[in-house]
Order: sequence, then structure tokens, then C-alpha cells
Amino acid sequence: MSERLAIHRLMAEGPPSHERIEAFLRTHAFPIVEGPSVTFVYRGEADAVHLRHWIYGLESSQPLSRWNGSDLWWLTLELPEGSRVEYKLEVWRGGQARWIEDPLNPNRARDPFGANSVAQGHGYVVPEWTFHDATARPGRLEGFTFDSAALGARRGGQIYLPARFRPTRRYPLLVVHDGSDYLRYAGMKVVLDNLIHRLEIPALIAVFTDSPDRLREYAACEAHGRYLTEELLPWLESRFPLTGRPQDRCLMGASFGAVASLATAYRHPGVWGRLLLQSGSFAFTDIGRRNHRGPLFDPVVEFVNEFRRHPSACAERVFVSCGVYESLIYENRSLVPLLDATGMEVRFVEARDGHNWENWRDRLREALSWLFPGPLWMVYE
Amino acid sequence: MKAVLLGAQRFEPTLGRAVADLGVEGPIATVTAGWQEREDEDEELDAHLGGRTINLRLHRRAEDVFARHAWLREAHRARQERLRLCQDFYRIRLDHALEAARVIDRRAAPPELLEEERESSIATVRAIDEHHLRLCRQVHEEFEHRHGERVREATAAHRAELEALVRDCGAVAIAGGHVASLLNRLRLFDVASLLGERPLFAWSGGAMVVTDRVVLFHDSPPHGSAAPQILDAGLGLVRGVVVLPAPEMRLRLDDAERMSLYARRFAPAVCLVLPRCSRITWDDGLWLDARGILRLRTSGRAVPLGPPA
Repeated sequence: MSERLAIHRLMAEGPPSHERIEAFLRTHAFPIVEGPSVTFVYRGEADAVHLRHWIYGLESSQPLSRWNGSDLWWLTLELPEGSRVEYKLEVWRGGQARWIEDPLNPNRARDPFGANSVAQGHGYVVPEWTFHDATARPGRLEGFTFDSAALGARRGGQIYLPARFRPTRRYPLLVVHDGSDYLRYAGMKVVLDNLIHRLEIPALIAVFTDSPDRLREYAACEAHGRYLTEELLPWLESRFPLTGRPQDRCLMGASFGAVASLATAYRHPGVWGRLLLQSGSFAFTDIGRRNHRGPLFDPVVEFVNEFRRHPSACAERVFVSCGVYESLIYENRSLVPLLDATGMEVRFVEARDGHNWENWRDRLREALSWLFPGPLWMVYE
Repeated sequence: MKAVLLGAQRFEPTLGRAVADLGVEGPIATVTAGWQEREDEDEELDAHLGGRTINLRLHRRAEDVFARHAWLREAHRARQERLRLCQDFYRIRLDHALEAARVIDRRAAPPELLEEERESSIATVRAIDEHHLRLCRQVHEEFEHRHGERVREATAAHRAELEALVRDCGAVAIAGGHVASLLNRLRLFDVASLLGERPLFAWSGGAMVVTDRVVLFHDSPPHGSAAPQILDAGLGLVRGVVVLPAPEMRLRLDDAERMSLYARRFAPAVCLVLPRCSRITWDDGLWLDARGILRLRTSGRAVPLGPPA
């Protein structure tokens, strides 16, 4: 079977030469995806090359093999269907290591730390609804700032008003933690434009909030919950035509943003009827107070332990998603039965992906259309 | 009462031919209230019918009534909110009943026992459907009891205009769109009482709302799967059928188990699938002139009624 892989055919056909390597690079797209086999290739002078990835469960550093003294390096991994893997190459030379994006792979995913190369495994397709659709009327973003007494500081972000916004209509509200990152790295404005255009979600108002200190404020911080619920929400409801019903209010976030969403709803029951929790950092302990993830997680552990002791139906519907290649899959899988047992409607979706923005982007359609079913269900043209 | 039900008209309109086949003369009153704020964007429809349409503009009229009578807007909003909650509770019950049916269906048991259980599952789902319809009816009756007279006064001027407009028309045509919105507007102005002996043409959502029960359905929604739900009673102008338009996008016709569930759940009503270009005529209880229509059988098969469109 492995003999059929392109890299093996190359090596079987004769010794390395500049011409053969050039031809091989010219005639393939990289990494080479052949069914479940994905072959990563690097060309260049080096003492060693490693694949650095964030797949929980595999060695995070895997060496590429050099082809018979040439400058061509390769590694084949088996990836289950539909996998999407972000990675870098670690190139060692003269005792120095450099982490680089894969020069042979044009696919990149960006995040606040830069960019990673992306291996799109067999069966993975970038969802078409994430691309700009010229037929979808665009909504608009307006900046806002807000002086929060709860936080003792000014907070800001952007407010999304849907296409054909009318002050005489009433809209559901979606509050997005790490809003700028969702806009920048998960393409969320385009996603909202498209899903609204396709009637898969209703026209809604989304508030993209940011925090300059997210690891503290999003770590189940009570002041943050008060800011959202007692300050920002009334302020929004006084300025925008919102329906004002819990079932039309959703809090969402990823990682610590998911913790902030759940903690806020938990401490303000009956206010936020919908939760979208992506790859939540729901660290907990079964004994002791300190989780292996370190002191940053201490307040999270305290909150999640409290939630696990006294789970409550703090919302009506909760959508939880997590990548199976991230270590948080354990915490998320552990949370779902607890949420379910409270009587809330819970939907849990796993993806063969990691802790990254494009994983969160790819789940938005299923999540938002379940939390806020659009008029598609009602419209028969 | 003669009603012609048609499949979606957006890409390959066949309404004009259906109108010609019935020999309709004179203007045609149209209802595009299902298009909501885009109600007026009916140029293509008008051109397709040879420029002889008179749009009844029910959406705009309703907005006018709500603007003039704040109490009615509020009463209407409160009723819709209550219906929406009923719908939500109904959906929750339905999901659990269907999940139970699915689990039971997969148990190993003697076939005759399983068949009995399957029938019980269907009976449970039908009971939930009936309960929901009863609640909807109750909400409408309460609304009528509390506000009926005032609603008729508030809409009287528009009603008079509508009567005058329809009087000169040879037929009424109801387009699809947002079925709840469309149904509300048709009810608010009691359009059914204006029809008289005129033939009615209705397509997609329009065809759904003129039947006894409006069934919302989508076998492949973006969030995975969802069970068909009854929205409410329809106008009941066409009886004994559940209309399922746009199967190309909404129905998994090759999923026999799912199609069988439609047929058994809504029996004795007949589940009529209306693909693009299809049509069927209801003539005082008789079904005539079916073209391209499919009927869902309890076996799960979708069988043609009449010749292809």
C-alpha cells in the first residue's frame, strides 16, 4: 500500500538528483494527500527537520527523513478523514532551530500569534459558506466604547448590524468574546452575512467585545459577568431594537471566552438563553484545587468545580464544540453530560481539528443555525 | 371551490399556463405577503401573467393597521409570542417522542411486537401534533373572543378596498414565502371570504397555507436534522392533504424510513410532494389534472400522481 505513495514512487525510481526533485516538487501539491496518508515535504539544507503540530495524542514533534543525502525531507502521517491540522516546520541548522511556515504549502491559518500552515486531510473542504458571497447583502460594523463601572475601565468593540437593518424590527442579540479575533481569524462578518442571506439564521445584532486582559477577565471573573449583564446588555437594549427575550440572547466564545460565557450565564440565570461554547477551557479537578494546567487556570478550576457540584439550567440551549486533536476534548466531553442533566437542550459536536480559529469558524453554521434557527424553516418560495 | 396547487415558481414559472388552461379572464388578484417587506417586488410575477395582476398588498396593509392601532400591534405581538412558545414546547416534546420511536425501532424483538410498538410510536407523535393544533386553536379563539370585533373595525376600511379589488378579478393567486407571516395576513383580512367562486392558484408556501395543516419541514437543515412540525391550522380551503413543496432542496425522497414516517404520521391526509413545474387541481374535493406531483406512501415510496410535468 505504502509503495503507492508519491514519495515512495519517487524514491523507488532511482537516486536523488536536482532534476528529479525539481520535477517532483513541480508536479505535486503539498502536503501530498493520498487517502489517509499525508506526506509533508521540505526542501533545503538542514541538519534536521521536524514537523511541529498541535495534535493532542501524537508526539508534537516528529522528525522528517532526509532522502538519501539530498536536500529533500519528508514525513508521512496517517490522518483520519476530514482532519484539518495546523503545523509548522522546525528546521535545525548549525545548532539553531527556526520554526517556519511550510514554504511548499500555500494554505495558511492566521491567529493572534502569526500564522500556521494547514494540512487539509482527505475529505476536509473549507466550507463554502465561509467565503465572501457577492449575492449576500453585507451587514455593517460600527465601533463602540463603553465605560464599565464593574471593570473600572473602558471597553470597546464592534457592533454588527445586519443588512436591511430596520429600527422598527426587533432582533436577537449575539455577544461574542474575543470579538476582534472572531472577525479577523474566523471571518465572522462574512459568515453572518452569508447565513442571514441564506435564511439559516435570523437577521441579528452581534456585539464583538474585546478584553485587554482576557486571561483574567474571561477566567470566570464575576466583574466581567456583571459588565456584560448589568451594564452592556441594558445599554444595548436602550439603543438597539432587541427583542429582549432570554431565548434571543446568546453569549459565545472560544477557549477562555467559552468559560466567560458559561460563568456569566451561570451567575445571571434567566438572562442569557443561548450559549455557544467552543473548545472551552473547562479545567477542573476531582481532588485538590490545582489543575495541571497551572495557576492561570486556578479561577477557572474553582468555577468549573463549583459548576460540577451544582450544575444548573442557566440557559435554554447550549451548543458545545471541541476539536478532538486538542487536549481540552477531555474537559469538554466531561462537561456535556452535566449540562444535559440540567434539562437544558445541549448539542455537542466534535471535529477532527485543533484549538484554533478555523475550527471555530467551521462550526459556526451548525451552531448558530441550531441556537437561532432562521426563517429557512418558515420560508417556502 | 377550485384551487390549483403548484410547485415553486421562481426559476421555471408554470403559473401562466395553469391560468390559461382554466381559461381565466380579467385581472388576477395576487397575494405576495409571504415576501414580507419585498411584497412590492412583484414585477416578474406581473410580467409572467401578462401585466394583469392586482397586488392586494396585505403586508403593507397590515403594517398600516398596526401603525394606526397600537393596541392591535401589541395584541398581535402577544399572540405570536404565545404561539412561538407553544411551538417551542411542541418541538421539544416531538423531538423526544421521535427519539424514543427511533430507539424502540432498533431494539431486537419479535416482529409483531415491534410493529405494534411502531404503531404506538406513531400514535404518540400524532397525539402531540393534535395537542399542538388544539393549543393553537385555543390561542386563536381567545384572540377572537377578546379582540375580534375591534379587529374587524380596525381593518374595515382595508377590507372594503380588498373586496372592491377582488370583485373585478377572475382569479386569486397566492405566492409562497414566509408561511407564518402569509397566514397571519390572510387571516387578518379574512381573504378566504373574498374568493367566492373564483379559482385560486397557490404555490409553495401559498399552497401550504390554503390546506388544513401547515407542516414545516426540512430534511437537511444546516444544523443536522430536524423533525417536521405542524405550524398551525391553515385556511382549510383545500382539505385532506399535507403539501410539501421544494422537495429538490428540502426532502430526502430516497430515505424510505423518513418518507414513510411522513405518510403514516399525517394520514389520513395525503402527503403531496410538489416539485418544480408540478401542479394539481382541487375541484370541490376531487383531485384532477395532476402533473409531476408525487404522493408519499406508507411504504416510504414517492409515487407519481398523473403524468410527469
